[in-house]
Amino acid sequence: MSNETIQYFKGLYTLSAPDAPALKTFSGKSMDDFSKWGLPGPKHEEWKYARVASLFRNDLKFSVEVPSVSESDIDPFRLPGNGTATELVFVNGLYSQALSVIRHPATDIHALSMEDAARAEYGDFIAQNLGHSASYHPDGIHALNGAFAGKGLFLRVKKGRILEHPIYIYHVTDSRHGFPFAQPRSLVHVEDGAQVQVAEQYINIGGQDSFTNEVIEIVAGLDSVVDYYKIQHEGPLANHVGTTHIRQAGKCLTNSVTITLSGGMVRNNLNMIMESEHGESHMYGLYLLAGKTLADNHTIVDNVKPHCFSNELYKGIMDDESTGVFNGKIFVRKDAQKTNAYQSNKNILLGEKASANTKPQLEIFADDVKCSHGCTVGRLDEEALFYLRARGIGEQNARALLLHAFALDVLANIKHEGLRTYVDALISERLGFNI
Amino acid sequence: MLKITDLHAGIEEKKILKGINLEIKAGEVHAIMGPNGSGKSTLASVLAGRESFEVTGGSVAFQGKDLLEMSPEDRAREGMFLAFQYPVEIPGVSTTNFIKTAVNETRKYRGQEPLDAVAFLKLMKERMKLVQIDQSLLSRSLNEGFSGGEKKRNEIFQMAMLEPKLAILDETDSGLDIDALRIVANGVNQLRSKDNAFLVVTHYQRLLEYIVPDFVHVLYNGRIVKSGTKELALELEEKGYDFIKNELLVTEQA
Repeated sequence: MSNETIQYFKGLYTLSAPDAPALKTFSGKSMDDFSKWGLPGPKHEEWKYARVASLFRNDLKFSVEVPSVSESDIDPFRLPGNGTATELVFVNGLYSQALSVIRHPATDIHALSMEDAARAEYGDFIAQNLGHSASYHPDGIHALNGAFAGKGLFLRVKKGRILEHPIYIYHVTDSRHGFPFAQPRSLVHVEDGAQVQVAEQYINIGGQDSFTNEVIEIVAGLDSVVDYYKIQHEGPLANHVGTTHIRQAGKCLTNSVTITLSGGMVRNNLNMIMESEHGESHMYGLYLLAGKTLADNHTIVDNVKPHCFSNELYKGIMDDESTGVFNGKIFVRKDAQKTNAYQSNKNILLGEKASANTKPQLEIFADDVKCSHGCTVGRLDEEALFYLRARGIGEQNARALLLHAFALDVLANIKHEGLRTYVDALISERLGFNI
Repeated sequence: MLKITDLHAGIEEKKILKGINLEIKAGEVHAIMGPNGSGKSTLASVLAGRESFEVTGGSVAFQGKDLLEMSPEDRAREGMFLAFQYPVEIPGVSTTNFIKTAVNETRKYRGQEPLDAVAFLKLMKERMKLVQIDQSLLSRSLNEGFSGGEKKRNEIFQMAMLEPKLAILDETDSGLDIDALRIVANGVNQLRSKDNAFLVVTHYQRLLEYIVPDFVHVLYNGRIVKSGTKELALELEEKGYDFIKNELLVTEQA
C-alpha cells in the first residue's frame, strides 16, 4: 500500500469533507483508520482469498463528481415491477437524486442523500448509527468507504408502514471513460412495525474494469420485517467488496438472499447482529461461478441477546477455474442463552480446476444453546444424471435441471415473485437450459 | 426390434456378461430370470447405456440401428425405456416438469412440435389413471420421499407418457406388495400392443403371473443357459435355481 494512494484519497477527502457534525466526526475517523491500516493484504487472515490490495490498480479512478449517465443507460437493468417500485440510483458510488425515482408516498418512506439527511432532522440518528457495526471489520477497505459516507444514501421506512412494492437500489458503475472505483454507502432505518423488501442490483455500463467498495447498514426496529436481496451479475471485470450490516435494534425478522452470478473478485460480508431477544434471521446465498471468478462470502451472526434464532444456507456451483469461498462465523455471547443457530454450506464443483473453500467458525460462550453447522463439497450426482438422460433428456439439459434444483432451496427464498422469476431466468440462462 | 449378438460387458476388470444372444420382436414379452449376480441388471443397464459398464464385445441392433453407439438420451428418444430397479430421488425437480421436458425433448428429436400445456395435461391425466397415481404425487419433487410402491408406479407412469417401443422392467416387482404389483402389472398390460415389446427382468415368477411372457430365458453366470415359454418360469419357481445349476453341471461333465 503506497503512501501515494493514501495521499490520493486524502486529497479527495479534503475536497469533499462533509460539514454536518453528524458526518464529520465519523468520516474523519474513517479516513484516519484507512491511513493507519491501508488495504488488507494476503497476510490478513480474513482476506486470504479476496486479494484486495493486488487488485487495486493505479489507474482506478475515484471521483466525488457524479458522471453523466442517462435514464436510458439504466433501462436494460431495471428490476421487475419497476413501475411501482422505488428506484434509488448510485452512479460510481455516489447517490444520484436526479436519477432516482421515489414511487412510494412520503407517508411510507423518505429517501435523500446522507449529507442532506445529516443536515436535516436525521442528524442524531446518523450520529448514533452510522458505522455502529464497523468494529466487525477493522480493515482499511471498510474504513475507506466511511470516509466518503456523505455521498451516500439515507433511507427511512416509516413506522408501521407495510410496503407492498419493493425498494430497488441500482449501483451503476460507468466504465466507459476509465476504470471507476465506486464507494456506495447507505444507511437504512426500518422503523418499528414497518415491513420492506430492499434489493440491490449492480450494473456495469461500458464493460471495462470496475471496483465497487460498498457498505450498507440496515437498522431494523421492533416488530419490523426486512427482506434484503443482493443480485450480482456485473460481468467478469467487475470487482466488488460489499458489506451488509443488518442490526436487529428491536425484536424482528430479517432475511437476506445473496446471489452471485459473475464478477472478477467478489467479496460479500454479511453481518446479522442479533441485539434483541427473540429475534429471527434467515440468510441464504447462491454463488454460480464460471471463468476465473472468485466469490468469497464471509458471514457473521452475532448473538448478543438470548432466545434468538438464525438459519443460514449458502450454496455454490463452481465451473471452469472459479473459486468459491464461504466463511461462516457464529458468535454466541455469554448472555445469549437459548440461542438457536444453524448453518449449512453446500458446494458442487463442475470444473476440473474449480475449487471450494469452506470454513465454519463457531465461537460459543453461553452454555445452553443449539448450534449446528455442516458443509459439503462434491460433484454432480452421476446416477441422477443417468436417470434423466435415460428418459430422453439431453445431457446439457439434464445437468441444468439438476443444478437448477440444487439452486432452488436458495432461490425459493426470494419472496417477491417478479424478482424471483427474474433471478430464475438469469440462472436458467447461465445453466444453458434449452427446450 | 432388438437383436443382441454375443454381447460381452463388465465393470472395470470384472466380466459380467459373457456372450448374450437374444432377439425380441414387436408384440412380444420376454422375461429374463436368474439368480442374484447372474447379470440380469447389468444387461438392463448396458442396454439403457449406463456408462459405468464397459461393453467388451458383441453388438446390439435396435430397430436396425447400432444401439451401443448411441448416448443414453438418444436410446430413450429412439424408443427404449428402462424402468429402474432403484428410481433416483431428485429434490427440486417436480415429476410433472421432468416428464414434460422428457416428452418434449423426445418429440423434438423426432421432428414433432412440443406439446402445449393443455395437450400435455390431457395426456398426463389419461396416463395417470393407468397406474392410479395421484396428481399431488406428481407435483412433488421427483421420487423424493416416495414409498417403494409409489416409485415403481411413477416409473410405469413415465413409461406410459413416453410410449416406448421397447420397455425394460428391471426388477420392477422387488419391494412391491401384492396390491401395488397388480396395479403396476395392470398398467403394463394396458400398454401392450403389437407394435411394442417388453423385456421383464425378475428374480421371481410372481410378477409373471400378472404380466404373462411369451418367452422366458434363464440367465446364469453371464449367459442365457435356457429358454422356453412361460412354463419354464413355473418350473423354476417349483425347483429353484439349483435345478438349472445342476443341469448345467451334468451337461458340462458329459
